[in-house]
Amino acid sequence: MKHVLEVKEIEKYYGNKSSLTKAIDHISFSVDEGEFVGIMGASGSGKTTLLNCISTIDKVTAGHIMINGTDITRLKGNALNQFRREELGFIFQDFNLLDTLTAYENVALALTIQKVKPSEIDKQVKQIAGRLGIVDILQKYPYQVSGGQKQRIAAARAIVTNPKLILADEPTGALDSRSARQLLENFEVLNQTMNATILMVTHDAFTASYADRILFIKDGKLFNELMKGGESRKEFFEKIIDVVTLLGGELNEVI
Amino acid sequence: MKLFRMSIKNIRKSVKDYTIYFLTLILGVAIFYIFNSLDSQEAMLVVSSSTREIIKLMLSMIQFVSIFVALILGFLIVYANNFLIKRRKKEFGLYMTLGMGKRQISGILLGETFLIGLLSLGIGLVIGVFGSQLMSILVAKLFEADMSEYQFVFSEAACVKTCLYFGVMYVAVMVFNVFVISRYKLIDLLSAAKKNEKVKMKNPVICVLVFLVAAVTLGYAYYLVTAGIHKIDTIDKIGIPILMGVVSTFLIFWSVSGLALKLVQMNKNMYLKGSNLFILRQIHNQINTTVVSMTIICLLLFMTISVLSSALSLNRLLTQDMEKMTPVDINLYKTAELPNNGEYSEMQIQDSRKPVSETLKENGLDMKLLTDVVEVTTYQTDDWTWEDSLKSIIDSAKEQFPMLRYDLAEELIQVSDYNKVARLYGIEEYEVAEDEYIVLCNSDNMVNLRNWALENDTEVTLGGKRYHSKYRKCQEGYLTISASHTNTGVIIVPDNSIFSENIKEYQHYLMANYHADSKDEKKEIEGIFANERESELIDNLGKNQIELQGLTKISIIESSKGVSTIITFIAIYLGITFLIASSAILALKELTENSDNRQRYTILRKIGMDEKMIHQALFRQIGIFFMAPLLLAILHSVFGIQFALKLISVQVQAKEMLPSVVATAVFLILVYGGYFLATYIGSKNIIKE
Repeated sequence: MKHVLEVKEIEKYYGNKSSLTKAIDHISFSVDEGEFVGIMGASGSGKTTLLNCISTIDKVTAGHIMINGTDITRLKGNALNQFRREELGFIFQDFNLLDTLTAYENVALALTIQKVKPSEIDKQVKQIAGRLGIVDILQKYPYQVSGGQKQRIAAARAIVTNPKLILADEPTGALDSRSARQLLENFEVLNQTMNATILMVTHDAFTASYADRILFIKDGKLFNELMKGGESRKEFFEKIIDVVTLLGGELNEVI
Repeated sequence: MKLFRMSIKNIRKSVKDYTIYFLTLILGVAIFYIFNSLDSQEAMLVVSSSTREIIKLMLSMIQFVSIFVALILGFLIVYANNFLIKRRKKEFGLYMTLGMGKRQISGILLGETFLIGLLSLGIGLVIGVFGSQLMSILVAKLFEADMSEYQFVFSEAACVKTCLYFGVMYVAVMVFNVFVISRYKLIDLLSAAKKNEKVKMKNPVICVLVFLVAAVTLGYAYYLVTAGIHKIDTIDKIGIPILMGVVSTFLIFWSVSGLALKLVQMNKNMYLKGSNLFILRQIHNQINTTVVSMTIICLLLFMTISVLSSALSLNRLLTQDMEKMTPVDINLYKTAELPNNGEYSEMQIQDSRKPVSETLKENGLDMKLLTDVVEVTTYQTDDWTWEDSLKSIIDSAKEQFPMLRYDLAEELIQVSDYNKVARLYGIEEYEVAEDEYIVLCNSDNMVNLRNWALENDTEVTLGGKRYHSKYRKCQEGYLTISASHTNTGVIIVPDNSIFSENIKEYQHYLMANYHADSKDEKKEIEGIFANERESELIDNLGKNQIELQGLTKISIIESSKGVSTIITFIAIYLGITFLIASSAILALKELTENSDNRQRYTILRKIGMDEKMIHQALFRQIGIFFMAPLLLAILHSVFGIQFALKLISVQVQAKEMLPSVVATAVFLILVYGGYFLATYIGSKNIIKE
């Protein structure tokens, strides 16, 4: 199977010579097309830095990141913006929806800035809204809908451009458990029926249990890897808890 | 002292928000100083005495206007300060959680206002002092003053006045701040950051309806001030179209964004293209929340445009007519046939029987100084008063113009005499038959009244003989030169028709040019008549108590140039004030708005919009925000200017307006455009990551 994402020996340092912080310390892994991968780690473990580097928002100090065959560490300026616009989709913890736009407009904006034909836009927005169950709220403003609905609108915006890779940063962080479950089920649908490749950062074991594979990060290093394989979600969840206990420290306190 | 250091730091930190506010204050101070320092300027000291009178008038008008200007600037300062304060709620909340009392927070704010006030006053005055030197040169040029001995001037009075006025404004701001702070509650301050995200939505159907109502109202107001102007027959009805204009302006801003949104949404190709839908929503949101400010800005812009272009065209008109209305250098006249009733001396009575040239000669004028001399005498009789001329409409006339003196005798002139004058002036000559007369009149109101009467009945009796008017209308013509159309009526009658018992001589006239080749020589002769220096003629006339009246071309032109200069100065003064006030409000609104919306631009970046696209969106958004009130203001002005000119009964051709309109436009583009660019650059910095 084709690698959508290949992370090769990346490093990210902060600070100067006298006090150097290694946020990422030699991490390598790859994600295949259609995979749903979770990244877990305590706060300060470097998982958000890793996601920022992959999403081209931050630059690595050393190493390479290949997305769909393109080395994004070599891209600059407008090429980088274009790449981000066309190949990546983002879902954030705090939704990042534009409060002045309706749900429809929020989703459509991702397409209009790619200069997609207006007739196509309408069709695609409605199609994705159908899959995520947000057709009824398309004409509503973000302040008029619940947190879960907001995150589903954000998910629709991320996927409507048909990106190679969807990056989700703590997508359930601001949701109650019911909304979180609903959103994750939606992710499963997107992953299975549309073959979307999803890379999700979380510190929540329950959220992580929806992924196919989980990478654990500690102190900027890859600590462990878990595969779901043929197990049920519940069994997978228990395995995750075991690793988390092993990891100890802050993550343990969080759950 | 620590608080004061915090004030300094705060100002430094929020320079981005303060720059435009600060620059506007400096500009306001400078303009205020420049216009109030006119009196002590060098140019004022060297101009002629008649001009000095005009300048005195101008100064008292500027003093009056300054109060109005101060009110507008005061409003601007309080308004701007108010929303700069509002944006800092969270900061104040933080101070309070750290244990600072309200009194100390007020102290910090007082320090800030004091600093900003002091700086803006200082810098503004420096700019004002240098600006007034430029102004001085301009004034000198306008009044043709001799500026060979140029001196640097500083007006202490203007400086004190500026400091006083702005000091009062700043104190008002301080009081206002203390009041506002005292009402804040900690919980509100801390939760201020969680801004209410509710978007004010209006029903599109209501928007369309309101817009239609507003458009129709505005259309009717426009009709009232132009084609339907006859409906405004009394002064208190002027308020009707103005009120309609204000209300409909408000309603248009209330509804226009909803309407525009609906219209664009119907056009999918435009709606779903690039960042259009984001820009559209931004505008929609901003205009929706600032309807009142938009209305005020639009009206201020409207006033700027109409005040400037009406005044400038009035100025052109006043100076344009001048050459046409003053065909000769001098006009002298005196009352003829003074009655021997003990009121006048023998000398005066004797003199009143002689023509003007005799008087001049006898009182020591060298007649060689005059050339092209024409002398005529006019007549009057109790048989032909204004009442007789207007007898067909006398009742309605008395009702409309109760203060006119209807028992005044008409001024009659023989046709051959008038034609002598007309030939000299180069204006139309007339012919009348044995039983005809012609009314010459060019003062607007009197023309209307006389024409009305002439349409009905024109028969009058003079010396037992009947006469009727040759024309059913007044004709163009005049005996004395003047700055404008002031001839209320002179009647041309056939030669010899005046030799009747009841008819007496009325006035002796003399029209002449100065016998001179150059401007300086003309001024030399002018001096003899204008009593500017020792003049034998004036001395003798005074000694003999002979009243000789007159007008000279030079004095007429000087005084009307003075009037037009006053108008121009006042217009520019007011125009600049209105313009900077409205531009500054708009710029500050937009800057704070974009600063609040920083998050939105971050989101745009996150979903992959590149900088170029974001800047373009920002530019268009600010552009539309600035254009909306301007466009409506321009539309208002098209009608407003016509109305203003009609009110002061001036007829202007569209072609003649053009230079003034162009000048106004250039001025507008410079100031308004400058604020627009500053806003764009400022906003770009604000949304930068």
